[in-house]
Amino acid sequence: MTTLNELKPGERAIVLKIAGGGESRRRLMDMGVGKGVPIKVDKTAPLGDPIDITIKGYHLSLRKEDAKNILVREVKNG
Amino acid sequence: MAENFTIALAGNPNSGKTTIFNNLVGAKEHVGNWPGVTVEKKSGTIRRDDAQIEVVDLPGAYSLTAFSMEEIIARDFIVEERPDVVVNIVDASNLERNLYLTVQLRELGAKVVIALNMSDIAEKRGVKINAERLEKLLGAAVVPTVGNKNRGMDSLMKVALEVGRGQKTLCEAPLRYGRELEEHLSELEKFLEGEKEIVDKYGAKWLLIKALERDDIILKKLGALPVWPGLSKALDQVEGHLRDVYDDEADSIIADARYGFIAGAIKDAVRRPSESRLTMSDKIDKIVTNRFLGIPIFMAALWLVFKLTFQIGEIPMGWLEALFEGISGLFDPMADGALKSLIVDGVIGGVGSVLGFFPLILMLFIAIAILEDSGYMARAAFIMDRIMNKVGLHGKSFLPMVIGFGCTVPAIYATRTLENKKDRLITLLVAPLMSCGARLPVYVLLIGAFFASRPDSFQANLLTGIYVLGIVLAIVMAKVFRKTLLPGVGAPFVMELPPYRMPTLKGVLLHTWERGWLYLKKAGGVILAVSVILWALMSFPKADNAVFESKLGEVEKVHAQRLKASGVDAEAETLLYTQTVADLENAMGSRDLEASLAGSIGRVMEPFIRPLGYDWRVGISLLAGFAAKEVVVGAMGTIYSIGSEEDEESLPLREKIGKDPKYSPAMALSLMVFTLIYLPCMVAMAVWHKEAGSRWKWTIFLIVYTTVLAWVMAFGTYNIAPAFGVEKASEEAAAENEEPWVEYLKVPEVDDALKAKPTQQDTGENTALTKDPQSVAGVDIETSPNINSNQ
Repeated sequence: MTTLNELKPGERAIVLKIAGGGESRRRLMDMGVGKGVPIKVDKTAPLGDPIDITIKGYHLSLRKEDAKNILVREVKNG
Repeated sequence: MAENFTIALAGNPNSGKTTIFNNLVGAKEHVGNWPGVTVEKKSGTIRRDDAQIEVVDLPGAYSLTAFSMEEIIARDFIVEERPDVVVNIVDASNLERNLYLTVQLRELGAKVVIALNMSDIAEKRGVKINAERLEKLLGAAVVPTVGNKNRGMDSLMKVALEVGRGQKTLCEAPLRYGRELEEHLSELEKFLEGEKEIVDKYGAKWLLIKALERDDIILKKLGALPVWPGLSKALDQVEGHLRDVYDDEADSIIADARYGFIAGAIKDAVRRPSESRLTMSDKIDKIVTNRFLGIPIFMAALWLVFKLTFQIGEIPMGWLEALFEGISGLFDPMADGALKSLIVDGVIGGVGSVLGFFPLILMLFIAIAILEDSGYMARAAFIMDRIMNKVGLHGKSFLPMVIGFGCTVPAIYATRTLENKKDRLITLLVAPLMSCGARLPVYVLLIGAFFASRPDSFQANLLTGIYVLGIVLAIVMAKVFRKTLLPGVGAPFVMELPPYRMPTLKGVLLHTWERGWLYLKKAGGVILAVSVILWALMSFPKADNAVFESKLGEVEKVHAQRLKASGVDAEAETLLYTQTVADLENAMGSRDLEASLAGSIGRVMEPFIRPLGYDWRVGISLLAGFAAKEVVVGAMGTIYSIGSEEDEESLPLREKIGKDPKYSPAMALSLMVFTLIYLPCMVAMAVWHKEAGSRWKWTIFLIVYTTVLAWVMAFGTYNIAPAFGVEKASEEAAAENEEPWVEYLKVPEVDDALKAKPTQQDTGENTALTKDPQSVAGVDIETSPNINSNQ
């Protein structure tokens, strides 16, 4: 188990839980970040933050500070 | 008999909702604001089969929480206005997330018709959607559309009308959120059995779901009910139970349940290719947001926006200027006087400044529309967010700040791309600190007047320094405002990066026109009114110029005589005459301004601006600068009797100001700093007020904060400057030339000089006003001791 901000571009994972609270948690849930959802980290922005992930077939960007609250289970490629 | 229908359009941002609205309503749209908020409301009435259909475009939303204004507006409209049909625009190539809103629309009890938009792109990607099956599973009608190719609009309206009339019944497809949650919900529903009013309006299930999601607005409504104590306890129990079972909060369990319902429907009705290929959009993104290329490409895009806005916008601006000069020219035959001045300087000048900005605004909106419609705006925010986040702002704040270097007015409009209210307000508050193009002439004039003797590099550093100061102040103030006035985090940066799309010409033009029209309608009147008020302040009351008028007559008479006299160099005489008349008129202008209300205000201001090194004349200029910042230069010209047409390159003006012993290099620096910071011009203020929600609280705050900051910074500059070798003023009185006619009327001397040989006496009744014999005309104008000594 790790958090989303620890993943490197190209790595895949399954969402376990969104910790933290407030609007950003709510927004992440609305955007489809929920339990059991597969995600893939695509890239980081040129300046290192935010990151771009693929979820449910579309691209979502979020800051690393928010990614830190997303607990994930890494999935090995292949 | 005509039927009346209301159709609401709902959908995610980037779902193509605006395009479909434009297709359906087109030019009949009406743009306004939702009551009490700055969110744009678009609607329009169309006719079809004898029915009057009002189409209302709800704000784009991903969900219907109480977190954002847009979502509250959308759900309130559905609950309060009960539209006959909600047309939900759904991006077929991104079904899962788009249907999340659909499910919530159904929770609200709306009759939903899904426009399965961009179905061509989905098809190309190999996604096969069984529309009939989807209708049954979702309990909503489904119509495939391709908005940007105007396909499917007719059947969309046809189905929407059928559903509205009850000719087409929607399938019964209860939303199922899993046994556990459903059981809890029906258990809780018992509490609301007696509350007919609120349940009829919102639906019991929706109320309870929102209560479990801890929705502030709904909790408040439920809190007012007599059953609340019991219900509240039961809600707590359910939450506790759910936590035990799922190890998670109720709101995420509900969100997961909605997505679960959607996943079930998609599994049944949609066939997708298993392997996900790189789309065209992904390929573009590989370059555009590349680690090394991302920032250069962003800079290039920014440069293009800047060029498009200011370079191309300048061309029609020139036409407009010429047009207004032409119109002013029509009034030339009119007798000089207050009425002519009101028409030419007040009204035409005012309309000119309203329309003068119009090309810039249109160009900026074209640029923004292209950036947004193409999907690049989200990437720009993605690239710049790291920097802006440090300042406490959003990645999208970057664009308005940069536009501010060109002109504050379009910069204010550019803040519209920020969705979050707080982020937008902070950006609005600091954007005027970016030094706009109109402030440049003031810097150039002052640097030229006071630092001409310094090396070029010093002058260049000063100019750069003032721009850097603006940026630094904007960063500092943004941080301060974020910490104090508008605390808390801004919008979470959880943002969709939509696929790149080709913007359509129609979409871009409509968008641009809407915004441009809004500017004319909302800001035009205010700007015109302020312009006339400023004109009146500068024009009344008039000075007593009787002496000047009579001298003007005298000068004219002498001119006629000299031309008639033999042996006079007519060319030299005319030149001398024209210059004298101009000097006289300018002197009268200066006296008028001094006597006017603006002059009095300048004098009242003097004690307050004295510590900054300014006198009342600078006060008037600053007041005049409210019309437009570059007017500070023109006002200086008027005050110094050089005429208001002077520009920053004007040598006489530079020399006059530079030589005026009341002013000093330190004062010049202080004035540059003050001009940078003090309140934006009236056009910017008018637009600012509207864009900040027409709340006086914020507008007054902007005025106070910019003025105080300008004063403090200018005061600091004035007093610190000497430490850097930029000296303060000496306090000796200014010597002014207040009798510009004296030289011209030195009859014998001038006549002699003009003939360049000894002559006969002039026969006119003129007498030399001074006994001073030395000077020769056309050279320098000497000062004369006192105006009252004449005659």
